[in-house]
Amino acid sequence: MSGATIEIVRTTNKGTDDEKTETVARAVYEHPLAVRVCHWLNAISLFVMVGSGLQIFRAFPSFGAKIPQKDLLNWPKSFAIGGWLGGALQWHLTFMWIYIATGVVYLAYQLFSGNYRQVLFTPRDIPGVWPMVRHYFFFGPKPPAREAYNPLQKHAYTSAIGLGVLSVLTGLAVWKPVQFSWLAWLMGGFHWARLWHFLVMWAILAFVFGHLIMVILHGWNNFVSMLTGWKKNPDYD
Amino acid sequence: MDPENVEANNADEKTAEAKAAEAKAAEARTAQEKITEKIVGQKAAGEKGEKTAAPLVDSRISERTFRRMNRRELIKLTPLIALGAFAIPSFQASLLKKGLGFSDWASARLFRSGHLAPTFADSDLTPFAKFPINGYDVDDPGVIFENWNLTVSGAVKSPGDYTLAKIQTLPKFRQNTRHVCVEGWDVIGRFGGARLSDFLNMVGADTTARYITVACADDYYESLDMATALHPQTLLCYEMYDQPLTRQHGAPLRLNIPTKVGYKQAKYLTDMKVTNVLEKVGYWEDQGYSSFYGL
Repeated sequence: MSGATIEIVRTTNKGTDDEKTETVARAVYEHPLAVRVCHWLNAISLFVMVGSGLQIFRAFPSFGAKIPQKDLLNWPKSFAIGGWLGGALQWHLTFMWIYIATGVVYLAYQLFSGNYRQVLFTPRDIPGVWPMVRHYFFFGPKPPAREAYNPLQKHAYTSAIGLGVLSVLTGLAVWKPVQFSWLAWLMGGFHWARLWHFLVMWAILAFVFGHLIMVILHGWNNFVSMLTGWKKNPDYD
Repeated sequence: MDPENVEANNADEKTAEAKAAEAKAAEARTAQEKITEKIVGQKAAGEKGEKTAAPLVDSRISERTFRRMNRRELIKLTPLIALGAFAIPSFQASLLKKGLGFSDWASARLFRSGHLAPTFADSDLTPFAKFPINGYDVDDPGVIFENWNLTVSGAVKSPGDYTLAKIQTLPKFRQNTRHVCVEGWDVIGRFGGARLSDFLNMVGADTTARYITVACADDYYESLDMATALHPQTLLCYEMYDQPLTRQHGAPLRLNIPTKVGYKQAKYLTDMKVTNVLEKVGYWEDQGYSSFYGL
């Protein structure tokens, strides 16, 4: 269970009268195996979904009429996956199952283990958001760390999950606008669902961009916690 | 997760003694007492600081054990490397083909024969001039209408040639439906024709067969699962916007299937076969596109 805390100790002069044991570090178990596996599976599948999705977009890079066609954006082929529309669709329609399964497993695990509590954004976290924003973007003071995730992080990670769910729902409406006609209707029909799908992707990319910067800024010990689960010398607790 | 338990921590009880312990002068002590003092010291420092709750320390382990524990946890992630198979050229094509095949299987399971594609008012129609013409070879393969007919073969009681006039004796249905291209664009068009299910009845088709295949005047070819062929909105279409089909739009006869992607809706039909066996699926499918591609 996440939250378990240990002290890492070092014993010198063992067995002698001078034997000393001192604490050299603390560590917290932040991320259970299920969370870590889902995180990396999602990172890989999201990379493929975005890359192949952009190649699919290149086939008709517009949200207007076909006649006359006015391209919105010329996304380079070299920054896309699949090489051509047919190839991109193969990647997209294959990896979507991995992406969806990972999301379902993650949400089920978080819910049934209770582990969601450390990361879910609730109304209680609202007052803490602005101080964190001021600290990160406007050189404000660093608010004291009380828990594993600060309110701004909770907001970011909770929103990211919401965006993930939206990416699947809009994707389903684009893939099957007849079988899921009610879902497509909620979004304004196939034509609009395709736009929402595209916009949700950009919102997810904005999250990933911010997330990667934060990971880099918060150092090695923090990054390692998503590999082994343990974070050495956390700034909270 | 069970890290090694070296000592249980009951420092809470020591809180009252913390200040007394701190005041004591340093003397030779056993390791045990020093450890206890260490925890007590940390607790006191914590209470003086900004932190609101006393830290909860569950256990103490050596650096070596911590490293071993971390290594074990990292190794538990290694099955993820299996995804790397997708990056290996020799595995990639077959993995992607299986993935697409699974999507097609799921699509066939999701298809509901009774569920209709949305229809639209005349005011929603895309103007005819803005209805795109897509062909793979030429827009007009030069069909000669005078001796055109649809040659029907396969698992049918009445194989042979069927003229347009014969097909037009079947009830005519008109529908305003959305045409979705695999490229991503869509238009709403008006289509008229006979239900394919009525035509299959006319030719005495075995509707327990799995597929309909069609061939076209421009050498395009397609196939259709029987469930979709029997769907009420699947038309043998000979009219668009209440006019006979133009040459570029597939005259004299094309498929109109609002429950399928555009490339399934073959134009300038010349042959139709009812069969259980597919030698080839379709022009685009045989290049790697989805075989079922139901909307």
